[in-house]
Formats: sequence, C-alpha cells, structure tokens
Amino acid sequence: MQEFDAIIVGAGPAGLAAARKLAEAKMNVICLEKKQEIGVPKRCAEGLGGGWFERLGIKPDKRWAVREIEGAALYAPSGKKLELRFGKTAGYVLERRVFEKELAKQAVNAGAKIRVKHPVTSAVRENGKVKIEAGVRGDEEEYSAPLVLACDGVETQTARMLGLNTVNKLNDIDSGYQYEMAGIDYEGDDLINLFFGEDGTTEGTAKSYLDKFVESHPGLKQGSIVEVNAGAVPVGGFLDDMTADNLLVAGDAAHHVNPIHGGGIGLAMEGARIASDIAIGAHNAGDYSHKFLQKYNPIWYEKRGNQLKSILKRRHLFESLSDENLETLVNSLTGDDVLKIAEGELIESAKIVGKKLIKYPGLTKIMLKYLK
Amino acid sequence: MPAKNDSEKCCYCGGCVGVCPAGAITLEETRIVIDESKCINCGACVKICPVGAMKLEKE
Ligand SMILES: Cc1cc2nc3c(=O)[nH]c(=O)nc-3n(C[C@H](O)[C@H](O)[C@H](O)COP(=O)(O)OP(=O)(O)OC[C@H]3O[C@@H](n4cnc5c(N)ncnc54)[C@H](O)[C@@H]3O)c2cc1C
Ligand code: SF4
Ligand code: SF4
Repeated sequence: MQEFDAIIVGAGPAGLAAARKLAEAKMNVICLEKKQEIGVPKRCAEGLGGGWFERLGIKPDKRWAVREIEGAALYAPSGKKLELRFGKTAGYVLERRVFEKELAKQAVNAGAKIRVKHPVTSAVRENGKVKIEAGVRGDEEEYSAPLVLACDGVETQTARMLGLNTVNKLNDIDSGYQYEMAGIDYEGDDLINLFFGEDGTTEGTAKSYLDKFVESHPGLKQGSIVEVNAGAVPVGGFLDDMTADNLLVAGDAAHHVNPIHGGGIGLAMEGARIASDIAIGAHNAGDYSHKFLQKYNPIWYEKRGNQLKSILKRRHLFESLSDENLETLVNSLTGDDVLKIAEGELIESAKIVGKKLIKYPGLTKIMLKYLK
Repeated sequence: MPAKNDSEKCCYCGGCVGVCPAGAITLEETRIVIDESKCINCGACVKICPVGAMKLEKE
C-alpha cells in the first residue's frame, strides 16, 4: 500500500492544476490517470478565452497557444451575420496535448507524482482514509490517502464510489461531435464562426447534424476531415454540494462548464485550485470531514458558480428563440450588445432590449423573462 | 435487453458513462464495458451518444 497526503483522480486540466498546487504546498500527492498519454485523445475544440490567462496567471506560449482568436461571427439561419470584434486578442486555440504535458511537467517539478495507464477501479473508506485501487487489470496497486480529489472528467465514477451522486441529467448535458478539417474555404479566418438555429438536436445524433451542416456549406464540403472528436459536455446541473468525507470534486466531474459555449478548460483549473486551497487547509488542520471540506461550495459559488448559474439562464433564452427571432436579433443588435447580454450583465442587458427591440413586443417579452 | 455498444462506431468519449444512472458502463481505454446486471434499460446512453453507437435492443 502506497500512502499519500492526497490522491487526485484524472490528469486533465483540473487534476494537473490541483497536483501542482498541492505539491507546491509540500503535500505528498499523486495523480492517477487512466489514459496512456496525457492530453490524448482530446475531447475538445481547444479554445481558451483571453481572460483566463490573466486569471490563472499563465502566459500564452507559442508551443501550445498556437493561434489567436480575434473575435466571433454569429450567423442567423438566413446566413446574415453579426461580427464581434474585441479589439484585443479574444483568446487562443490551444494544442492541448502540448498544453497538458506542460501542466504535467510543472506539477512534477513542484514535487507531484503522476501515473498514466492507471485507471482507478475502486475507492473505499477505511479507518478515516480512502483506499484506492488503480492499474490495468491484473496489475492493480493499492494507494491510500485521507483526501481524494475527483478530477476525472465527464465520465467520473470516483465521487459515486464515495457516495456522492454526480450523474449528469440528459437536459443538462450536450452531445458534441467535431471535425478538424483542412482545405476549407471560410472568410473571417481569425474569428470563431457560430451558427444558430431553432433546429435543436433532439432527433438524430450530433454526428448526423454535423454531417448535414458540412454538406450544406460548400466552403466546408470541399475540405477533408483530418481528425474526429466526440464528447459530452455538462452544461448545467450544478451541484449544490461538491464534497463528502475525504472527497472534493472539480472540473467536468463537478459540471464546471460554461453553459453557453461549453468551455471548461479554464473553469476546470479554477475549480481545482479552489478545491486545492480547501485540501491544503484540511491537511493543515488534520480534518478531512465533510463538514470541513464543504467550505469549498460557497467559495466556488461566490467566485464563479453564481455567474455560471446566470449564464445558464441565458442559454435557456437562446434555446427558446425561433429562427424568426434570431433574424430579428441579428438585424437589430450590434456585436457589442450581444456580448453584454451573453456575459450576463443584468441592467445593461435590459436597457439594450428595451431600446433596440421596442418594435418587437413578443421577442422583448421572451428576452426579459430570461434576463430577470 | 440491456444496452449494447457498437465498438466500430464508438469514439470512446465517455458521454454514456457520464449519464448512466445505474453506473452500468465503464470506459476502458478503447473499450466500453456494460454490466448487464446493473443496466435498467433507461436509454440515457442512447440519447447522449454523438455517433449512435449505443442501442437498446428489444427482446
Ligand atoms: C467536443 C468538445 C469540445 C470542447 N471544446 C472546448 C473548448 O473549445 N474550450 C474549452 O475550454 N473547453 C472545451 N470543452 C470542454 C473541455 O474539454 C473540458 O471542460 C475540460 O477538459 C475539463 O477538464 P477536466 O480536467 O475536468 O476533465 P478532462 O479533461 O476530461 O480530464 C479528466 C481525466 O480523468 C481521466 N479519468 C477518468 N476516469 C478515470 C479513472 N477512473 N481513473 C483515472 N483517470 C480517469 C480521463 O482519462 C481524463 O484524462 C470541449 C468538450 C468537448 C466534449
Ligand atoms: S457516448 Fe457513444 S461514442 Fe461516446 S463512449 Fe459512449 S458509446 Fe462510445
Ligand atoms: S440503458 Fe440506462 S442503465 Fe442501461 S447502460 Fe444505458 S444509461 Fe445505463
């Protein structure tokens, strides 16, 4: 049996951020990862908003921040578009394989241990600690620690093994499918192009919708697919309690994802860092009880969770709009207006709606209902 | 009949694992394993799968 101060399950952005932080606090920590290579395969479009670099105190590096994003173009069903330009770099497209290896290196340099090809298959409490079995079948090893950080992503089972239900409800999870393509012809190369429509995905698979979309856009149809990625994104269903005795949950496992665009890299790292602060406190106090660890919840909600809740309402708003509503919005609003509404600024949003949509009382009513 | 995985179509994304209320699905590196004794035939895995690799077969 190998003894640690804390065991982290999963070496994605959340687990690696936690590993580094705990190691920097001189805790003896190990991060167990199922896959054989960190960052591969990715289930991600690899976009990271510019604000995250400052918030997380990381500098974009050409080796993994490979492309700048200047803004976004929103397309209504008719093809009419609205451009959002931020005036500064809005974010980067990452090479996650390189990015996550770098995070892993930083964690290891700080003193953490990482084991790949070590799926966690069981976690049980024993004498105030958690005993974990991990490794490929027939070759499992035992690990023990008073603290477990479940950072095992959307397929998380660790929290459930320790009695905390984190299952995603179907309404709160998106089914995602993506192609990386070469040889496409698209204007606005430095923009993220976002296409909206009321044609929701309740029938058919995400793949069938994407194939239909590519087929109907000649600039895409002419290209070749060089990589396929699939994945599910928890876009709601926030957990009131992300803790139990000996347990903290962060990242996708705790549904730390932006409910509108599905971005979760920055949030996973932020959530994991907050969870790590609590873990360090618990380690210092020698108190691994649910009562101690649940201090994590109000801190997360105050810092980020409450904002995600209001963004979730905005998502419900977007989902309730008809194609006709979307055309009206593209014709009436500016890029700036849309940014303010999406970011969840309440009074500003209401002002914009009141002024610009005055001729469309039906749409105004829908908008105000969700902006409340 | 419990849920079945089509390993040819599957992308091993773990979405089905994340929604299974019964904890019946495990994703090994490139293999989906379904514990048939746990499956409650709810169809959640079929609905979330982005590529149609999960099926519930009628008896
Ligand atoms: C199609 C798609 C596109 C996306 N695009 C973006 C985007 O452009 N920008 C963005 O910010 N976010 C995006 N996301 C979301 C983003 O990928 C996640 O929010 C982010 O990876 C969450 O980080 P994490 O560390 O919590 O989980 P993950 O990155 O999923 O890491 C969890 C790790 O835990 C491991 N694990 C699981 N179970 C076990 C076990 N039993 N034992 C050991 N290890 C285990 C997994 O192998 C995995 O490596 C996208 C997601 C999808 C599906
Ligand atoms: S959701 Fe579908 S593609 Fe993803 S692992 Fe499950 S069966 Fe495979
Ligand atoms: S049908 Fe329901 S219980 Fe059975 S494997 Fe799928 S999600 Fe799990």
